[in-house]
Amino acid sequence: MILLRLALRSLIARRLTVGLTIFAVALSVALFLGVEKVRTGAKASFGDTISETDLIVGARSGAVQLLLYSVFRIGNATNNVTWESYQDIAARPEVDWIVPISLGDSHRQFRVMGTTTEYFERYKYRGGRSLEFAEGRAFDVLFDAVIGADVAASLGYAVGDPLVVAHGLASFANHDNQPFRVAGILAKTGTPVDRTVVVSLEAIEAIHVDWQGGAQIPGQVTSPDEIRQMDLTPGAITAAMIGVKSRLQIFALQRSINQYPEEPLLAVLPGVALQELWGIVGIAETALIGVSVMVVATALLGMAAMIFSGLNERRREMAILRAVGARPLTIMGLLMLEAVLMALIAVLLGIALLYTGLWVLRPYVDTAFGLYLPIEPLSSREGIVVIGVILAAALTSLFPALRAYRLSLSDGMTVRR
Amino acid sequence: MSDTDTQFALALDQVEFHWGGRDAFGLGVSGFRIRRGERVLLLGESGSGKSTLLSLICGINAPARGSIRVDGTEMVTMRPAARDRFRAETIGIVFQQFNLLPYASAVDNILLPLRFAPERRGRVGDAQNAALILTDALGLARDKMASSTADRLSVGQQQRVAVARALIGAPSLIVADEPTSALDAGSQANFLDLLFAQCSAAGSTLLMVSHDERLAARFDRSVRMEDIATLTREGAA
Repeated sequence: MILLRLALRSLIARRLTVGLTIFAVALSVALFLGVEKVRTGAKASFGDTISETDLIVGARSGAVQLLLYSVFRIGNATNNVTWESYQDIAARPEVDWIVPISLGDSHRQFRVMGTTTEYFERYKYRGGRSLEFAEGRAFDVLFDAVIGADVAASLGYAVGDPLVVAHGLASFANHDNQPFRVAGILAKTGTPVDRTVVVSLEAIEAIHVDWQGGAQIPGQVTSPDEIRQMDLTPGAITAAMIGVKSRLQIFALQRSINQYPEEPLLAVLPGVALQELWGIVGIAETALIGVSVMVVATALLGMAAMIFSGLNERRREMAILRAVGARPLTIMGLLMLEAVLMALIAVLLGIALLYTGLWVLRPYVDTAFGLYLPIEPLSSREGIVVIGVILAAALTSLFPALRAYRLSLSDGMTVRR
Repeated sequence: MSDTDTQFALALDQVEFHWGGRDAFGLGVSGFRIRRGERVLLLGESGSGKSTLLSLICGINAPARGSIRVDGTEMVTMRPAARDRFRAETIGIVFQQFNLLPYASAVDNILLPLRFAPERRGRVGDAQNAALILTDALGLARDKMASSTADRLSVGQQQRVAVARALIGAPSLIVADEPTSALDAGSQANFLDLLFAQCSAAGSTLLMVSHDERLAARFDRSVRMEDIATLTREGAA
């Protein structure tokens, strides 16, 4: 125990350099663990975006593309699904429920999605949570809109406010003639729903009454009252979410949709597509981990340099230790013990920094990025990282310790100042 | 082990040692003996090979040839780790100055050799108490011994703590390398009194190295470095 006490005392005696070194390692550990937390948080948030939907159906493209536009509202559908195909699928015996999605218009920077009120019951996120209304309710008249939490927050909308939908995604052509009214505001979910304006499928049809082939028909203006009298059954939708009666039927249904003879369609399992998408995003993840590893390595090298630079002044100490009977190997061990102690303190400090940081930044990260970072104990993987840092510190200190070993062999008791 | 061996605390015979490297330097000691309980002053100027001789006696370095016995035990044939352990068990060392780990308390400094010498540790019993008894005898204030770090002590106090460290657990041989040269004349005499008294109390043999011939009168015997050792300097000749 006296050696441990001496190592601690020696560290305390050099508290300035030791403190700075420990702080550098602690910061690097906090960064590494922070990246881990953000990474797992992002992955979990990502995987939590949609749940309890068994299949997503759209026009034939790629699984990732379908997932991106139907769930993440990123990119566009290359093609639509005709209403007839949709009804064919809806009529299949395996289908428990089906919710159509129609995309293509926008309001300010937010996407507008046409669907049915069933969407609010069927869309589940983060392990089966349902959408909830913070204010108002679902749409019931034609020009009602329900907006996500981010839409309401960034545009300052309240229930009852008017809202004009623009045609396309970056367009100056507005559907001015058919103004919507905010009927409800959804509670924050941390999913793309927060950034979506939800209207009825019929409303999407209604605002396109005077349009053809992506352009307004000149001079034709149909009044909202006239539109309300029209048959607004859509000709096509963008995608549909499906729940099956028995999970055993998912693959059979998927196969039959993919082989649908009337139209090229694609059905994907959201979980599988999410995994595929994460595989692409994962490159950035690897890069992030790589950078944090380098930061930890840099901090540990700094520690080794600090031990090295202290060796010359400490030759006196080593001579004393040799004189009282310490073997050169013991002196080497003492230096490594110091390094491990520093790493241990640094790791504990780093963990403290991490949780303080998480605690402080969590509300901000949640609102700004929709990234929910749970404050929970270190995962086993993070535990391994922490132990790895301590082992790496021991390993790095091997170099100055070997130098000390050689010095104490050559110096013996001959004491130099 | 013959009877003649056991009456000597230290016995060197036909020792030859060479430093490697460019300025090859050799030290030879044909015969040097110190009886148990004797107080011997080894006189020598700097560069006379004192440090090398001490490192051989303490088993830090091993000679190429010859025999070095401490307490009748041959050190030359020991493996380095065994020599380190043997040194911890049987030899107490006091340097000229800077004897102590500056960041540790005086008591921790005193207890340090016991960490490497289990038998000596066993002889001591209550180590903390033994350390304080020694520092009492050496006229050191108790309250400073455990609380403040060694670098807060005066040079004279540090040297006395070093004596306590050398003597704890009563090793058979005390080697002191110019322990008084950092002290003023008054403190020197006082220090020697304490050193002698404690060596007698512990039954330890004392080998002290100095360049100061005036100290000789206080020792049982004084030996000149040049009388026992021959230096060879290849290349310098």
